[in-house]
Amino acid sequence: MTLRFLIEKEFKQLLRDPFLPKLIVMLPIVVMMVFPWATTMEIKNVNVSVLDRDMSDISRRFVDKVASTSYFNVTDVSLGHSEAMQSVELGQTDMIIEIPKGFERELLTKGESSISIEANAVNGNKSSVATSYITQIIMDYASELSEGRSTGLTKGIGGISIDPYYKFNPAMDYKIPMIPALIVLIMTLIIGFLPSENIVAEKEKGTIEQINVTPVYKVSFILGKLIPYWIIGVVVLGISALVTMLCFGLVPASGWASLFLVSVIYIFSISGLGLIISNYSSSLQQAMFLIFFFIIIFLLMSGMFTPVSSMPIWAQVIAYSNPLTYYTEIMRSIYLKGSSLNDVRFQLYALVGFFVVLTTWAILSYRKRS
Amino acid sequence: MAEEIIKAEGLTKRFGSFTAVDHISFTVEKGEIFGFLGANGAGKTTAMKILCGLSNPTEGNAWVAGYDVWRQVGKIKQCIGYMSQKFSLYEDLKVWENIRLYGGIYGLSGKQIAQKTDELLSRLHFEDQRNRLVKTLPLGWKQKLAFSVAIFHEPKIVFLDEPTGGVDPATRREFWEMIYDAAEKGITVFVTTHYMDEAEYCNRVSIMVDGKIEALDSPHALKSGFGVDSMNAVFQKLARRATREE
Repeated sequence: MTLRFLIEKEFKQLLRDPFLPKLIVMLPIVVMMVFPWATTMEIKNVNVSVLDRDMSDISRRFVDKVASTSYFNVTDVSLGHSEAMQSVELGQTDMIIEIPKGFERELLTKGESSISIEANAVNGNKSSVATSYITQIIMDYASELSEGRSTGLTKGIGGISIDPYYKFNPAMDYKIPMIPALIVLIMTLIIGFLPSENIVAEKEKGTIEQINVTPVYKVSFILGKLIPYWIIGVVVLGISALVTMLCFGLVPASGWASLFLVSVIYIFSISGLGLIISNYSSSLQQAMFLIFFFIIIFLLMSGMFTPVSSMPIWAQVIAYSNPLTYYTEIMRSIYLKGSSLNDVRFQLYALVGFFVVLTTWAILSYRKRS
Repeated sequence: MAEEIIKAEGLTKRFGSFTAVDHISFTVEKGEIFGFLGANGAGKTTAMKILCGLSNPTEGNAWVAGYDVWRQVGKIKQCIGYMSQKFSLYEDLKVWENIRLYGGIYGLSGKQIAQKTDELLSRLHFEDQRNRLVKTLPLGWKQKLAFSVAIFHEPKIVFLDEPTGGVDPATRREFWEMIYDAAEKGITVFVTTHYMDEAEYCNRVSIMVDGKIEALDSPHALKSGFGVDSMNAVFQKLARRATREE
């Protein structure tokens, strides 16, 4: 059985590499411990300039309410709009809240009034999230007022309240949906990148020639390259899942068996990509840039960071030609929703499809003759 | 008449407009040491790679061990051993690990490999180097190891591409003793070299100039044919005709 000897050789070389074994262990640990905090979409510490032209009891209490949340810091209480704009331009303020003169009186007599909110939309995501937070605070405050002052205030406000329940992540903790996505990221980095350097390194060293002159079958040679990465992939997954459990207390809702099963299918499907690139490249540099190109596109267009459904159609087409999209969907379902394998079967079929196509391509693109 | 183990007829390889190997025809007989000479860039390595199934010919035919280089490359590869010009064993594997890998690829069992490895290392007086990483070996030893690996599976033919390049004279001598041992066991040796003293050790030599074979005979016959007393002089006369630049 030739394959045994080939796999043995790959492992000996890998373990003797001064750098790779450390990378394989450290990358998942570092990414899983650090990145969930950095990839959070939660907006905190929004700096607010308040322009209180009313200076009334109600307006002051409103400002206190804004300042008391952990989301907003009231950095200054300005006197004029141009002053507030200046601090926005200097980057000291993200949002201006302007309370018009006569706010309290209008509210007491007419039962309604308005507040102007101006958000710096250079960071669009931050401004829209902050705006929705502040809207919620206003709504809250309004209903407080209407309850507190049965006299003078008409109903009008707070008749219907929306009370959302966020399924699968009730606390709306942004770290949680990012964790399965980060596991996808780690698996892709290791199992996507490493094989792409492998065959081309043998070409550069000249060792491939000695292999090519033997009667070894292409299938055996390519499987001899792939199988070690499959094993490494399972190890990397184990490390990532363990760190996730220890640091965030998150375990796959569908169970460990499902997690490993779907991940093995993903490992199969992505490992061929690197070898294809390696087969077509003639230098390490070329292989590295090519895999970089693909992995960056795959990562950004996988729905990992931004939902695929909000992309334009052409981008969705790319996203659904990308194995990462399916794996990210599966991982979120397995980790958070507790989906059964049957629920994610379409994504699994897609991954199996990628496996068949990419592995066959890897075998066919390996040329023993020039 | 002796059995023909390699036969080439009008074998040609072009890279774009450049003809590296230009309609060469020759035969090699079973059991002989066949020297394949030529200046740098004459096309020796290219011709050898076609015979080993590493490169497709553009035109012409060739048979190695009775198999066609166009269609039966897999069969050819089972019958040959090859040692490339550039050292191509795995430098990050140990001596015994390289031997084991190639033994395994050629279909030997783990047990056979272990036994043959012991024999090989004791013949080379190399037992104490068994666990050494190949990259730490001196060049002469690397070449001896590469040759031993090339004939480990007892091929019918072994192709050696400048096996003694950069090796000291004493090691070269030992290397040629290994070649003779292999030939005695019935392995046909197809060897390229730049050293004219080595050409004298061959049963027959061919000399390639600009992709064509200009002379092919035993060293003795070549010398008398050209009226000179060394292979070096024969080579000088022929190589001077070369117009191709390196």
